[in-house]
Amino acid sequence: MSGGEIRAYRRPDGSVGVRNLIAVIPSCGCSLHAAERIAAQVEGAALLHYAGGCGETQGDTALATRLLAQYGRHPNVIGSIVVSLGCETLNAHDLAQRIAQGHAPVELLTIQELGGTVKTVTRGLEVARQMRAAAEHLRREPCPVAALTVGLECGGSDATSGLAANPAMGAFSDLMVAQGARVILPETSELLGAEHVMTDRAASPEIAAQLLETVRACEAFLKATGEDFMGKQPSPGNVRGGITTVEEKALGDVLKGGHTPFVEVLAYGQPPSRPGLSFMDTPGNDLASVTGLAAAGCQIVTFTTGRGNPMGNAIAPVVKVTGNAHTWARMGDDIDLNASTIISGEESVEQVGRRIYELVLRVASGERSIAEIMGHAEFAMLRQGVVY
Amino acid sequence: MVNTLVIDGRDTVGVALVELSPGALITFADMNGQRVVTREPIPFGHKVALAPMRRGEHVIKYGASIGVAHCDIQPGDHVHVHNLKSVRGAAR
Repeated sequence: MSGGEIRAYRRPDGSVGVRNLIAVIPSCGCSLHAAERIAAQVEGAALLHYAGGCGETQGDTALATRLLAQYGRHPNVIGSIVVSLGCETLNAHDLAQRIAQGHAPVELLTIQELGGTVKTVTRGLEVARQMRAAAEHLRREPCPVAALTVGLECGGSDATSGLAANPAMGAFSDLMVAQGARVILPETSELLGAEHVMTDRAASPEIAAQLLETVRACEAFLKATGEDFMGKQPSPGNVRGGITTVEEKALGDVLKGGHTPFVEVLAYGQPPSRPGLSFMDTPGNDLASVTGLAAAGCQIVTFTTGRGNPMGNAIAPVVKVTGNAHTWARMGDDIDLNASTIISGEESVEQVGRRIYELVLRVASGERSIAEIMGHAEFAMLRQGVVY
Repeated sequence: MVNTLVIDGRDTVGVALVELSPGALITFADMNGQRVVTREPIPFGHKVALAPMRRGEHVIKYGASIGVAHCDIQPGDHVHVHNLKSVRGAAR
């Protein structure tokens, strides 16, 4: 397995899944409770905790429809249950049809048509049982690492992130790209001040221009709100950890992307169209960023943290790495891999990068990440508009 | 055992690899005879000035600007939010 092979599930559309999950998808906040009741009673169910669907801007409703559909078509998902109230703005029929275009079945349950919560939950459990039974014959097969799309998140950064965990993640990224995989670096607001590092590695002048425009738009959006980054980027925890400015955070953050060229700039949740390292325009909010990475088809998200962050995701296993020996000693229960050996001089950046690579291949082949073992299943989409 | 990390040869700050007390001699790879003594406590992971920096001058880490000095900074000073300011993302 050390070369470039995982054991995973081949889907009918040619994609490769690393888990067999049933996505339970409320199409509005009013159907969230019924969806929660279904997910709580089904083994291997993933609740997409969506509470919008009404009273949002058109842009946010369109984004939600697109992202929820991409979760339903995700390679880690073997079936989706869309739970609708029946009168929400988000078009649940359209959502279910978009999911049906993917590799896995979908069932739409409408509370107002079925006659209430109890009947909807009962029907949902029947559907989930059928989907689970239909997946019983699925077996893991040898698949190339090139079939993986992996996100490079970081959260709760401190000074060790830029010294150890992020450079090691960069070495991991280089190994993945060498195998032909897709790797996505997210978080636009955490790149202010590191643009030159990104543009120097852009695969073309067009991609360099897109990178600069993405960062410029983020900074302009922020300024237009009248807010500034003081007290937010870097966060209070980042500051206690020794990071002073957003530029300093950015220069440490961008190291996660390793040394290969940026081949594509992606919108929030947009799947990469080609192998190699892409940049995705996501917020620095870790929950929203990881949610966008999984929507883009990441079967696994890697996550570096200095101060310690327990986060997971509803459908993508999250693998966490810290470069801080104190955090590893104090919060190791929530973290998969210790990269502080780089700072102590016990291991090189390349050695830790290789350990991350081997761990990700094992998780892709079925070994559960710490976040999965702890039951983490976070989901929170980017929202830009007002709620009215 | 060095007690400070300097990431890039152009950097004007180092990162404390252990908690440094005032008066500690800073040691790092490729020092070239440079002698810097801390003037105040430097917590683990925080920055210590290696060179004098005038107010308004860029502070360099990772070989790039991480903001500007908000006041004059002496070698051995703790460099953080009290004397280093971002030039990005501010509503001005």
